Amino acid sequence: MLIIEDLKVRLGDKEILRHIDLEIKQGETHILFGPNGSGKTSLLMTIMGYPQYKVTAGKIYFKGQDITHMSINERAKLGIGMSYQRPPSIHGLKTRQMIEICSNNGADVNELAEQVNFLEFLDRDINVGFSGGEIKRSELLQLIAQDPDLLLFDEPESGVDLENIALIGNAINHLLERDIHSTTNKSKKQLLRERAKMGLIITHTGFILDYVSADRGQVLYDGVLACRRYPVEIFKQIKDVGYEECVRCAS
Amino acid sequence: MRILNEKASKAKEKKASLGPDINLEEYSSEHTPHGIVDKLEMLSDADKERMILAGIDANEEGRSGTYVQKDTTAIFSQSKQEGLEVIPIKEALKKFDWVQDYYWKLVSVDTDKYTARAQLDLHDGYVIRALPGSTVIYPVQACLYLEKEGLSQNVHNIIIADEGSELHIITGCATAAHLRSGLHVGISEFFVKKNAKLSFTMIHHWAEEMMVRPRSVGIVEEGGLFLNNYICMRPVKSLQMYPTTYLAGKGAVARFYSLLVGSPNSEIDVGGRMYLQEEDTRAEIVSRAITNGGNIIARGDLIGEVPGIRGHLECRGLILNGGTIHAIPELQGKIDGVELSHEAAVGKIAQDEILYLMSRGLTEDEATSTIVRGFLSVDIPGLPPVLKAEIDRAVDLSQHDVM
Ligand SMILES: Nc1ncnc2c1ncn2[C@@H]1O[C@H](COP(=O)(O)OP(=O)(O)O)[C@@H](O)[C@H]1O
Ligand SMILES: [Mg+2]
Repeated sequence: MLIIEDLKVRLGDKEILRHIDLEIKQGETHILFGPNGSGKTSLLMTIMGYPQYKVTAGKIYFKGQDITHMSINERAKLGIGMSYQRPPSIHGLKTRQMIEICSNNGADVNELAEQVNFLEFLDRDINVGFSGGEIKRSELLQLIAQDPDLLLFDEPESGVDLENIALIGNAINHLLERDIHSTTNKSKKQLLRERAKMGLIITHTGFILDYVSADRGQVLYDGVLACRRYPVEIFKQIKDVGYEECVRCAS
Repeated sequence: MRILNEKASKAKEKKASLGPDINLEEYSSEHTPHGIVDKLEMLSDADKERMILAGIDANEEGRSGTYVQKDTTAIFSQSKQEGLEVIPIKEALKKFDWVQDYYWKLVSVDTDKYTARAQLDLHDGYVIRALPGSTVIYPVQACLYLEKEGLSQNVHNIIIADEGSELHIITGCATAAHLRSGLHVGISEFFVKKNAKLSFTMIHHWAEEMMVRPRSVGIVEEGGLFLNNYICMRPVKSLQMYPTTYLAGKGAVARFYSLLVGSPNSEIDVGGRMYLQEEDTRAEIVSRAITNGGNIIARGDLIGEVPGIRGHLECRGLILNGGTIHAIPELQGKIDGVELSHEAAVGKIAQDEILYLMSRGLTEDEATSTIVRGFLSVDIPGLPPVLKAEIDRAVDLSQHDVM
């Protein structure tokens, strides 16, 4: 379980998040909406532990531990993983090696890559010259290899071409253990109970909602979380009346 | 020979245009006799160990020929394949007239006091030649080894890939473990004939007080390919070289890759210069420099003289822990229709790359060394896997010191 309590975050000399309360229970996936610049990426980076995002008040708990001041790699070890909106490229580091790092050398890289149609990129330097959509597939592949318990997705579908969008959507759904109907040997109820993976997904386009069944949606507006409802509902509101109106209705 | 000697004599005091000047009198050129060995296995274990660091395998496994010079003496020289010649240059100059067609034909003997010394006081060196049409399957290895303190080792090498041949060479320069100071002067002339392919991988493994002045020039004829790789990741006092290549035939291709590490007190000045003189020629110069407190100058110069040529220069530097890197990329287009480009970057390891890797589970130190390792791994198209492996090994060996 992830619990965020009254969190305040500063980036440089700017307060970018205020009074954030968020709880993601075991097995739950939440969707995060919000206009550009509202602080969505900042929230995910803070949960992941990027040091430039300074927590000035509040706490973050994960799996019962206070992780507010834990280093990034300790959080990764504890089971938090992130798919980035704009990851850096690293010259000379092959995508294959990156996947090995993610899986702690425990995976069949080719087999994983095949799942997201990424075989032909394995021998290229990670993210170097990748298109927007290729970056998203590479990030997803890294998370598949890493297999964390809390998955943070920063706009996982933006820039992905139509051909691959279903592939990505379904892969995310699978990674979050939400494709329960596809398994047959256990009852649906039992699977739901056993579901451990947690997700927090930022979406701009809402496409991802066609593939991933999420439990909750939230709107981040001007550094504050508002409007806790079903994601599809929220998305419809935003489309119909815009963010400002949507947030006003909630408050 | 007389004319060469005269020209050299006039250049005896001539300072090089680049690099700190060296007082040659501080180094003895006196011949140091070493016994010739019939088999490389006869070398002492200590020597073998040092040579392995520079990519030279005393068991000769997977090698088609070997040349070993210790101080001033060629102690072993052998070709194991038909169509391949490996001969000490002094012997070759005596026995074969054709050597004169190549000797000092690309490098001018009066370039500076170092070239002059290599003529006036030649110790030895190698002639390696792949005869027309022959494919030398395994690499040839050559080692120039220094054991005597304070010696000036003066060598001259000639490398010929005859028409349609394929030749791969790995050459290591190494010093005995106890050696601290010395001077290495090395003349190398490369001839890549029509449709021939030559790869030349040089791994330098010097000592802290060594002065090093290689002087090399290559020519690539029509359809030829010349891959030149240079790795120097160990401490050296002063190293200055600026190998030049002439792409003198249609469709000729040359690539020069260098990996440099500057340790504290090292002065490294390495560049590559290529003249693109015929249609459809291609040139690429790639350098990676890391400094830990040393000073590195990374030069590159591409000169496009005819239309329809293409050249690219890439120069990246990483300052890890003090020191300086000065990247000097130059492009000279002399006519319409040339395509020359360069990219250069000097900086420290990007923090966002470290954090990215940490978020995949690596510690900060692991992340840093992963990035450094990546920085030093360049893809060299056309290089045989065994030589790629030797380069990787050299990088791995030095990685520990770099960090
Ligand atoms: N490196 C930075 N330095 C200063 N301000 C930044 C930096 N990165 C983001 N910001 C600002 O922080 C705010 C939140 O950004 P971000 O979390 O990326 O929003 P979102 O992901 O919702 O678009 C924005 O106003 C943005 O301009
Ligand atoms: Mg964002």
